[in-house]
Amino acid sequence: MNQEPLLSIKDLRTRFHTYEGVLTAVDGIHLEIYPGETLGVVGESGCGKSVTALSILRLLASPPTKIEGQILFDGNDLLKMSLDEIRRIRGNSISMIFQEPMTSLNPVLTIGEQIAEAIRLHQGLGREAAWEKAVEMLQRVQIPSPRIRARDYPHKLSGGMRQRAMIAMALSCHPRLLLADEPTTALDVTIQAQIVDLMEHLKEEIHTSILLITHNLGLIAEMAKRVVVMYAGKIVEEAPVEDLFFEPLHPYTKGLLESIPWMGRKIREGRKPLQEIPGMVPSLKEMPKGCRFHPRCLTAREICRNEEPPLIVKPPRRVFCWLWI
Amino acid sequence: MINPWMRFKKNKAALFGSILLLIYFVTALFAPLLYPGNPSAPNLATALERPSIKEPLGKDELGRSILGRIIYGSRVSLLIAIGVVCVGLFIGVPLGLISGYYGGKVDFGIQRATDTLLAFPGFLLALALVAVLGVGLKNTIISVGISMIPIYIRLVRGCTLSVKEQTYVEAARALGTRDLTILFRHILPNVMAPITIQTSLGMGTAILFAAGLGFLGIGVQPPTPEWGAMLGSGRPYLFHAPHVATFPGMAIFFAVLGFNLSGDGLRDILDPRFKS
Repeated sequence: MNQEPLLSIKDLRTRFHTYEGVLTAVDGIHLEIYPGETLGVVGESGCGKSVTALSILRLLASPPTKIEGQILFDGNDLLKMSLDEIRRIRGNSISMIFQEPMTSLNPVLTIGEQIAEAIRLHQGLGREAAWEKAVEMLQRVQIPSPRIRARDYPHKLSGGMRQRAMIAMALSCHPRLLLADEPTTALDVTIQAQIVDLMEHLKEEIHTSILLITHNLGLIAEMAKRVVVMYAGKIVEEAPVEDLFFEPLHPYTKGLLESIPWMGRKIREGRKPLQEIPGMVPSLKEMPKGCRFHPRCLTAREICRNEEPPLIVKPPRRVFCWLWI
Repeated sequence: MINPWMRFKKNKAALFGSILLLIYFVTALFAPLLYPGNPSAPNLATALERPSIKEPLGKDELGRSILGRIIYGSRVSLLIAIGVVCVGLFIGVPLGLISGYYGGKVDFGIQRATDTLLAFPGFLLALALVAVLGVGLKNTIISVGISMIPIYIRLVRGCTLSVKEQTYVEAARALGTRDLTILFRHILPNVMAPITIQTSLGMGTAILFAAGLGFLGIGVQPPTPEWGAMLGSGRPYLFHAPHVATFPGMAIFFAVLGFNLSGDGLRDILDPRFKS
């Protein structure tokens, strides 16, 4: 891709200062998102996916956090901005959808009010104009009878409807980048499909890029164009989505893909147990030396145990693994 | 969930409490209609007169109608109750919100000050403040009010700590909402239930504290009819004219009871966790 990236993260390190010492949740990651692109970020729970997204908007407050590196959005470093400047970016140029639609809407405000709030804040519209815009947004996320629904409190809406309302809120100011943190995890499968369709559709309509964080590889296959695989705070592999699924380079990615059941597997491969990745994600407190995946890796060698794997670039792919030296 | 009004009606104690309060508020509002005379005009010829048909609650040591003074006293007591919780609310709630939301040094500072205030029993604190500020209605309200502030700070801080971790607060921040808007539009309404309960209970306490100060003679000053002061001035005659102290005492008792029962009832309605 020869376009300028919309967002470019360079050597991002996010550290939490806790009573048990300094924990590095995100450790030196690089990634780029181009205009109009959907970048998928996959990994197990606790690998630093969400922290990466929250670091971009600098939403991490507690425990005391230190974010280092560079997050260039449109050429400006988000990490160097004043709190006031970053506040103007939040919800306006970059917005975010959360995992739990049940808790991400304020129970004491109607959904119309909550959407209108973002619009008034960033577009300087009056109360009524913002309300009209909020109703229009509810219509765009295909909520039936939006004018009536806008006056409803969140508890009256189903999970799927709430996530639609959340999307309406996040997209109300036509952000250029949407951080979607597990947007479908809390929903049941049919609703997931609807929400995916809706996001795809709106993405085209308002030309937004999406950073899609999930542990659902199916969702990645559906929506993302490029994928970044994270493990224990580091990126282990980055590839276009087809390459990743058909020819994973990193043993961790392979393990992830092999641990998913797929239709027709029994016919193709015979009856055999589903593969698993042995062991557990290492704790932030005690990261293994060398490659962080080596205690669980079936192909680990001596060098993996002692030295951090180098970046191997096989355009358009990147992988951090000694296997490919 | 049945509707709140139904739940309130089913709670007999709360219903009784709110009927009491209604009676007090109506009395205060229509005092001149209920007692057309001047409750402070002395008539020594009828001093310490026993209750009779004409004067149902009798007369005090200066020959003033006790019924009239209780009726007018309800205005003073309710004014104090409202004034006191206003002081507590307007100072305590914002401080509690700020303390809970920002945490860190701000929280530490506010909380140590709160600790200091809470170290004194509430009434003692009010007493000490009156000693500094001086007597009178305004100073009674201020000093009892200040003694309420730390209670609100603690309550609101605790609730804010749990509400601020909710995803909707994070979502509001992710939308670029200003801190002030988050505090007052997103967090405050979510901590309103305990504040409402505390306010109802606090009004009862305020009346009791103010009456205590009045009883000691350092609260609202005569000739303003104030229940605590009436109780205090009736004390010397407790044996041969018990009605002088008894009726104001009952007025205080039922007012505080009303506020407490209503407060408990509100808690049952607003916080379903208390009900199994």
